[in-house]
Formats: sequence, structure tokens, C-alpha cells
Amino acid sequence: MKEIFKLAIRNLLRYKRRTLMTSLLIIMGVVLVIVFSGVSLSFKNMMIGSLTDSMLGHLQVHKKGYVSSIDNLPLHLNLNEKEIQQLNNILEKNNDVIEAYSYRIKFGAMLSNFKETTNIRLTAVHPQMENATCPRLVERINGNLSTPDNFIEQGKIILPENLATGLKIKAGDEVVLVANNKDGSVNGLSLVVADLIESLLGPSGRDGFIHINDAKILLRIQGNEINEVAIRLKNPDNLNGVNKILAGELSKLINKQDKPVFELHTWADLSPFSTIAAIVDLLIITVKIVLIAIVLISILNVMMMSVYERVSEIGTISAIGTLPSKILWLFMAEGFSLGIISTIVGNIIGVLTLLLINIANIHFSFGRMKNILLETSIAPSDLISVSLIVIFIAGISSLRPALKASRMQPVEALRHV
Amino acid sequence: MSLVELKQVTKEYQMGELSVQALKNIDLGIEKQSFVSFVGPSGSGKTTMLNLIGCIDKPSSGEVFVNDTTVNDFSNKQAAQFRGQHLGFIFQNFNLLPVLTAYENVEYPLIMVQNIPAKRRRERIMHYLEAVGMADQKDKYPSQLSGGQKQRVAVARALVLDPKLVLADEPTANLDHASALKVIELMRSMQKDFKTTFIFSTHDPKIVKEAEIIFTLEDGEIVDKQNSPSQDHEKTV
Repeated sequence: MKEIFKLAIRNLLRYKRRTLMTSLLIIMGVVLVIVFSGVSLSFKNMMIGSLTDSMLGHLQVHKKGYVSSIDNLPLHLNLNEKEIQQLNNILEKNNDVIEAYSYRIKFGAMLSNFKETTNIRLTAVHPQMENATCPRLVERINGNLSTPDNFIEQGKIILPENLATGLKIKAGDEVVLVANNKDGSVNGLSLVVADLIESLLGPSGRDGFIHINDAKILLRIQGNEINEVAIRLKNPDNLNGVNKILAGELSKLINKQDKPVFELHTWADLSPFSTIAAIVDLLIITVKIVLIAIVLISILNVMMMSVYERVSEIGTISAIGTLPSKILWLFMAEGFSLGIISTIVGNIIGVLTLLLINIANIHFSFGRMKNILLETSIAPSDLISVSLIVIFIAGISSLRPALKASRMQPVEALRHV
Repeated sequence: MSLVELKQVTKEYQMGELSVQALKNIDLGIEKQSFVSFVGPSGSGKTTMLNLIGCIDKPSSGEVFVNDTTVNDFSNKQAAQFRGQHLGFIFQNFNLLPVLTAYENVEYPLIMVQNIPAKRRRERIMHYLEAVGMADQKDKYPSQLSGGQKQRVAVARALVLDPKLVLADEPTANLDHASALKVIELMRSMQKDFKTTFIFSTHDPKIVKEAEIIFTLEDGEIVDKQNSPSQDHEKTV
């Protein structure tokens, strides 16, 4: 085999310019895939990270039926004390894969600055649990947060920046929240504005934060009640696996009607951004298809030319006793060599390009999150998969010319001028 | 039995709607360790004859025996195996692989045909390169060698697998007279030294003289078989 590859390399070097041009084309294709995958995957992962680390968590648990009516922020679908305990047991049991979780009460309310009133969507949290689950939430809060674990205190409220600006509210001002509890009675609570928060997804954001104990006072909740649990995983890449495990365990908990008590959703189920993430994946696949086409056509072309130019030579080696299978391998080895060498060079240039992008310190914005550093990276498994694709396609594309060469009749090949 | 035997061999080529008989009912036998030449004008059937004996082509009818084996029904693979085991080839255009040095060209059949280990290869290659007087040129590529030198390397390549029979189609056609004579002398000495049978075709009368047995072909038929000048001469039609 070593000798076959030695001969293949020599034959490739025989037509230096042609080999170089073909190789350059394949190298460009490999670099394109690596750089595009590295940048777009990093971009996608950062976007997903921004959503999961500052808002959604990786997974969310609600009472069955809550998500289908989530726009109404219903309070009659709260989890009660017993259900919270059951859920807590499952989450603690899986603490090897779950890093943190946060209990939330989401509800709608009217916000008044004593002059004007507007509606607001509030998330009531335990600050320490929320910060552990969504550690980048505090990055969106204006002002100095010396203790992120206590980013919202009782008696205070964090308001969305645009809404506060519109109502001319600033930190330190007093506001009143008015909300219906699940029985329909209206209650009010006076709070002090602690800070303003940037909306993640743009100007229409109306999400504020209060302490969970204030929500209980406002909504007159006795005991322990929540309507959302956000979960942060130790390894986000393991999302599907953990989702499956938790879904299995949660499905065992059924109510009196023999229906599941809980519903579990991944961040992708809850965010329209998952579609954009899927489009990014589709684009990467498209670029890979382009690479396959480049490799297929260029190697097929160069190998066909090679066979037609060396008909007499094929006749010679066949006449002196080279088996058709070895002639096949001689030509296949040329295609493989071209693919392997181009892939190695393409990988090196591609990875170096990604390193250069990182060195260039490129920043971008996502929604209201500014100055996000583009940290490109590509997994070794992606490099291996790109390399295997190129080498496999190189083999496939050289198969036809190689078969043609191996099936040549020596008498006709030797007659060829 | 003769090393090579042809019985009622005919070879027809289809050229469009025309059927051309390149060989017509040929009967012949060639003994081991002989130095045989086919002569005749272009189109007389010399190359076809060598191709049939060399298992490169198949007869339209009749039987071809080489080394006690019927070779006419070989598959491509069987023919290649047989050629690699029993036959050596020398071509008019030398047909050395341009990307390999003289040494590597001689090495090629040892690797690709008989898969002989590296240690044994070197010894054998140098033996044959020395025998053809090309040991000092072993690292040169074909493009750096003269026509005569290339054909010497081709002779070494043909002999390196110790074939029973070497077939040479117009081996001197692309050489000047002096080089041509040297190549024929080399082939003759190789035939004696290695006890190999050589069959070559030529239309050069000065070269023909070197053969022990000369078959003259005309229009696909053997019209004359002549032993070397010291031997008998018989006319066949």
C-alpha cells in the first residue's frame, strides 16, 4: 500500500500545476467549511447562551397545560406545595447533571408611577437561585451590582429600561403594582425601583423582576406556590439526554385524572430563536454540500484527465502483470492522496483563520446585549467529520476513473498513442 | 511440448463493417531458450502474433499454448497473473514509467506484480541493472536517459521476474543502428545467461540476422521459417 501511495504522489506531482489548482480548490472548500462552521456555530452558541443564561435556562418545568396559555400568565396553573416537593426531589436526585434551578412566579400586573399606568410582565424570583440558574441576567441590569446573588431585594423592583424611560421612572422612585390574584381579587403593592434592566430582545420588552416574597404578598399566596422552574445544566451539550431522563421521571407523576402533573420544555421549545439556530445548522449543511460538490467535480475531472493521458502507461503496467485490482487502487490512491493532502492543509489554514479571528477581538451585539466577543471555535469532531467527508468523496469521485483504468484491455491501451 | 505452440490460430478484427484477418490459421511451435524473430512488413501480423503469445489479446479461433497452458480463455485477471508469472515485455517505445527512476522501474514488477520483500528486491534489481550495464544510471529518470539506455532498463524490467519468455515488439525501432545492435546483443546475452526464451519482432534486416529462428509473416500468414545462417532453411507457405 505504501508503494501504491508513493507512486500516486509521484503521478500527482507529474502535473504540478493541475494538481495544485485542484488541491487549492479543495483547500478553499475545506477552509470555507471550517471558518463558516466555526464562526456560525460560535455565533449560534453565544446566542443560545445569551437566551439560556439570562432568561430561559436550559429546561423549564411547568404545570401541564401552562405553556399553551403562557401568554396569559395564568395563576390557576401554579404548582402547589406538594408538587413543588415532588419536583424538587427529582431535581435533587439528578444533581449530577443539573447545576442549578430557579423557582419563579410569572404574572401580569399594572404598574403606576402615580401619574401614568401601564401593564407589565413580572418574574418573581429567589435572587440567589435565579443568579445560579441564569448567571448572565445580572449583566443586563444597569448600575453597580456588588452582590449578584442578591440582585433583587424584598420591597424593590427591577423595571425594563424602555418602560421606565417612557414613564420617566428612575432608580429610587416609588411605584405601585396592581394585580389580580388567582381568585380574581385586586391587590396593590408599593415598591421602590432598584435598577433598570435591558430587554434582551429589543424595545418591546416588558419584563420586570421582583422578589418572590413580594409576589406572594401581592398575589396573597399562602404557603409555597410557583408556576415555573428554570433549570441550568452542568453540560448544555447534554440537553437532549437530560431532557429525556427528566421527562421520563416527571411522566411518572400523575394527577387524579391519570394525567401527567408536569410538562417539561427545552429552551428551543420556548424560544423562536431555535428556528434561527436551525437555519444556521442548515446553512452549515449547505456549505458542506458545496464542499462535497467541489471535491467531487474537481477530483473526478482531474482523475478522468489523468486516465485519458496515461492510457498507454495503463497498457504497459497491465501487460507486465499488474492485476486490474491494483490498477484500480493506483488511481484510487491518487484521488485519496489529493483529498488527504488538501484536507490536512485546509484544516491547518481553517484553524489558523479561526485563531486569527479570535486574535482580532471582534465584538457584536445581540438584542440589547452589547459587546459580545466573537469567540470562534470548532470541535475536533467537526474537523474530523469534514476531513472524512472530503476523503470519502475523494475516494468516490476517483472510483469511476479508476474503474475505467482497471477495465482497460491492454491490447487496446498499448495501441493508444 | 514446445514453450509456445499455436494451433490453427486466426485473429480477426472488425473495422466498421469490414472484417480484417490479421492472422490466418497459424500453426507454430517455439522451443525453450530459443531466440526467435518475427519479421515482415507493417500490417503483416507481427504485433498481433506477439500479443496473442503474450496473453494480451485473444485469438478469434484456434488455440494458444504457453508453458503448457492454454491461454486463450483467460479472464483479464488470469491473463494478468499469467503474464506476471511467466512473461516479460519489451516495447518499441520503451514504456518506462516516467515518474520512476531506472531502479524503481525495474523494481515496479517486483512490488506490484510479485510483492517481493524489500531486502530481496534490492539484490535482484542491482543484479539485473548490472547485467544490462545500467547500475551506474539507476537513479536517473527515463527523461534523463538516452533511447538505448531506456531500452536497457526495459530489458532489466522484463527479466527481473525471471520469466520463461520475453516478448519484444520492435524493440529497436526507435533506436539508431548502433544502439539497436547493442540492445539485440544484450537480449542475446541475457537469453544465454538467464536461459530465457526471447521472441521479438522487427523489420530491420540487420537486426533479424541475430535471431536463431526467423519467422517471416505476410498478410497474416507465416511464409517462411528460417534458422540462423548456420542452420537449415525451410520454406513454408
